Amino acid sequence: MSSTDRTPVETADLCIVGAGPAGALIADRLASEFEVVVLDAGPRFEDESRLQRQKRAIRPFFDRPAVWDSDPERDAHSASGEWFYPLNHTRVKGIGGSTLHWQGMVMRLHEDDFNSGSERGVGPDWPIEYEDLRPYYADAEREIGVSGAEDNPFAPPRENRFPMPAFRPSYSDSLFAEACEELEITMHSVPNARNSESYDDRSECVGYGTCQPVCPTGAKYDATVHIDRAESKGATIIDRAQVQRLEHTADEIRAAVYATPDGIEHRQTADAFVLACGGVETPRLLLLSESPEYPDGLANSSGLVGQYFMDHLFAGAGGVLDERTRQNHVGFFTSESHQFYDEADEEIGPFKLEFSNYAGPSPVELALTGDDWGDDLLERLRADYGNHIAVRGLVEQLPREDSYVGLDPDRTDNHGNPVPDVHWNVGDRALRTIERANEIQHDILEELGAEITWTAGPENTGPTYHHMGTTRMGTDPAESVVDPALQTHDLDNCWIASSSVFPTGGAFNPTLTIAALSLRAADTVEGFLAKQPSSKLAD
Amino acid sequence: MELTRRDAVAALTAVGGVATAGVGLSRLQSEGPSGDPEESLPPDQHVKESMVAIAEVVYPTEVSGIEPFVEEFLDSRLEREDHARGVRASVAELEDRAESWHGGPVTELSRETREQLLREVSAHTVDEHPTGTTAERMRYYVVNELLLALYASTKGGKLVGLENPQGHPGGTESYQQGPP
Ligand SMILES: Cc1cc2nc3c(=O)[nH]c(=O)nc-3n(C[C@H](O)[C@H](O)[C@H](O)COP(=O)(O)OP(=O)(O)OC[C@H]3O[C@@H](n4cnc5c(N)ncnc54)[C@H](O)[C@@H]3O)c2cc1C
Ligand code: SF4
Repeated sequence: MSSTDRTPVETADLCIVGAGPAGALIADRLASEFEVVVLDAGPRFEDESRLQRQKRAIRPFFDRPAVWDSDPERDAHSASGEWFYPLNHTRVKGIGGSTLHWQGMVMRLHEDDFNSGSERGVGPDWPIEYEDLRPYYADAEREIGVSGAEDNPFAPPRENRFPMPAFRPSYSDSLFAEACEELEITMHSVPNARNSESYDDRSECVGYGTCQPVCPTGAKYDATVHIDRAESKGATIIDRAQVQRLEHTADEIRAAVYATPDGIEHRQTADAFVLACGGVETPRLLLLSESPEYPDGLANSSGLVGQYFMDHLFAGAGGVLDERTRQNHVGFFTSESHQFYDEADEEIGPFKLEFSNYAGPSPVELALTGDDWGDDLLERLRADYGNHIAVRGLVEQLPREDSYVGLDPDRTDNHGNPVPDVHWNVGDRALRTIERANEIQHDILEELGAEITWTAGPENTGPTYHHMGTTRMGTDPAESVVDPALQTHDLDNCWIASSSVFPTGGAFNPTLTIAALSLRAADTVEGFLAKQPSSKLAD
Repeated sequence: MELTRRDAVAALTAVGGVATAGVGLSRLQSEGPSGDPEESLPPDQHVKESMVAIAEVVYPTEVSGIEPFVEEFLDSRLEREDHARGVRASVAELEDRAESWHGGPVTELSRETREQLLREVSAHTVDEHPTGTTAERMRYYVVNELLLALYASTKGGKLVGLENPQGHPGGTESYQQGPP
């Protein structure tokens, strides 16, 4: 299909809404067997534009949402919670979704993360175990292309090797290693969704150092990889197709109604639908699709669509040493510590520590601000760059009733639909966990002899851009929105692939788990489609 | 430290100046002051000479080889229509001021006077903006354009102790190495 033909596919078996990793992986899995169409609200970005976007990432005029053309009207949002939520800094709309911008750290959740209620005494248990997801984690690592090593004594069991060797530790890791040895803190490698050698026809990492928000070479995985692959297998990808609502009966979705830039509304029918619009837009779309059968929102008999919004919280500390630390060469991490993760209980949540490779300012960014140039500027750059060091961390927050995604009736988007209201609140356990992480971070920095210059603690923490919890998975239809296979309890032909199904969040970046769950859901969707009389397979 | 044409080619990758003619870039919001594209803007050679003269002010004194570096860098940057218009218009404005305030083109002013001129247009006190005030555009298209070229190159990075600065594809070895 040409990129300007945005008309529906007449005989679609499967319609996927959202071309981020969740939607892209399922599209790729099923495209050779079935007629698959993917609708995405955002544009298809040309690869050739990436170097221009990199310039935006460096130049002070452009903010982060501008790097991937966030549109203030299309992406309008509210944040009525006690905690402001900067939604458009935390996502990208377009083919590839938020992985265009992401950092690309990809860990498996720990076994206890699946049983927070029974093992840690707080939050619900997941309806599945680590063992259920384990083969799909391995599958996801192969699909995404993960560089990693088996040197992490705290990681859950795995039988296969990572697809690529881990990136070697950085020079600053070696400084941390001495301090951590003294404190008996074990450091280990980081699984990265970026190529330590060429993989799947994609280049190895060349060290541009702007991974977040743009990797010009494609060495960092993004979901365009699977969209392109799905397309080559026959899937139809329609960009700039904002799904407005889902037409339905009491038991099934009939069509996704989408608007294209020419102002026309189209109806995409299909036998099955996968909603993969991320943890904010997925519940929003369901809420926007309310009807006499579903007065509180589609698939919302439980009343839980949009409820229990969670993110991970940032905990960090940094400072300066009286020696060179060699930061800002690359834009990713090579060492972490998961040593404290499984100490989690009712009082303190799981958290992980990350040893930064880009602490302190980037000289080129510094050079473009300030009121000096020539020798004065160089002197400033030399004074400000060179000795910074930082330990960062991610902390779990629990699901809470006062943290949710709703609709803001007073504000509408470019199509007149109420915008999402991310009403975000965080509880005391998360704040205590940040304090605990800060204590360890300070210990490490002090052991190193650093002068500590900043701390991101309970007072000034922020979100880490992972949208979870808003269409919770469970076995009881009164207590959850989707079942363990990610199918909605209410509808027979609708699946949700997203971190929105996570009952609890753990403290690891979510996307490997999103990918594993999506691949697992693809199996069920495949079984469902194979039984449909109209499917391409049955022809 | 001596800059070369080759350094400029490396710097270009940082600012997206390598030939990507047309395709895809139309999707990026267009930069540069709109207005009549036919209006008389200075030709390439003139722009290059003025930019070299400004680079001599904004680059530290310990770098040499500024002329070939800036010329090579601009060769590709001026191929990007939207951006080039912004650079040309800003250089034209700067030349205008040079003429009326100091009685001659930028290239004929002493280094001190060139610096004074930049300060008179307030290019040091504002934040860059591609469609903002004269000062903001001067900062965007002239001063920061030149600083970005230098400090996203490996030579510019080395001045600061970082041979693989952000925007430079310097591989995955240097981050592992200790200080020289
Ligand atoms: C700066 C940053 C750093 C990150 N770092 C990491 C990391 O290191 N590790 C990690 O695991 N995760 C990270 N993440 C999170 C990661 O990007 C997301 O978890 C992941 O992209 C989610 O995948 P998804 O497919 O569910 O949704 P998304 O990738 O967000 O894709 C959803 C797609 O749905 C489309 N869509 C939305 N609404 C509609 C609609 N109504 N109609 C049609 N299409 C619609 C959107 O346009 C979008 O393309 C990071 C995110 C950010 C922003
Ligand atoms: S450091 Fe590697 S992964 Fe990151 S932007 Fe550069 S090439 Fe891409």
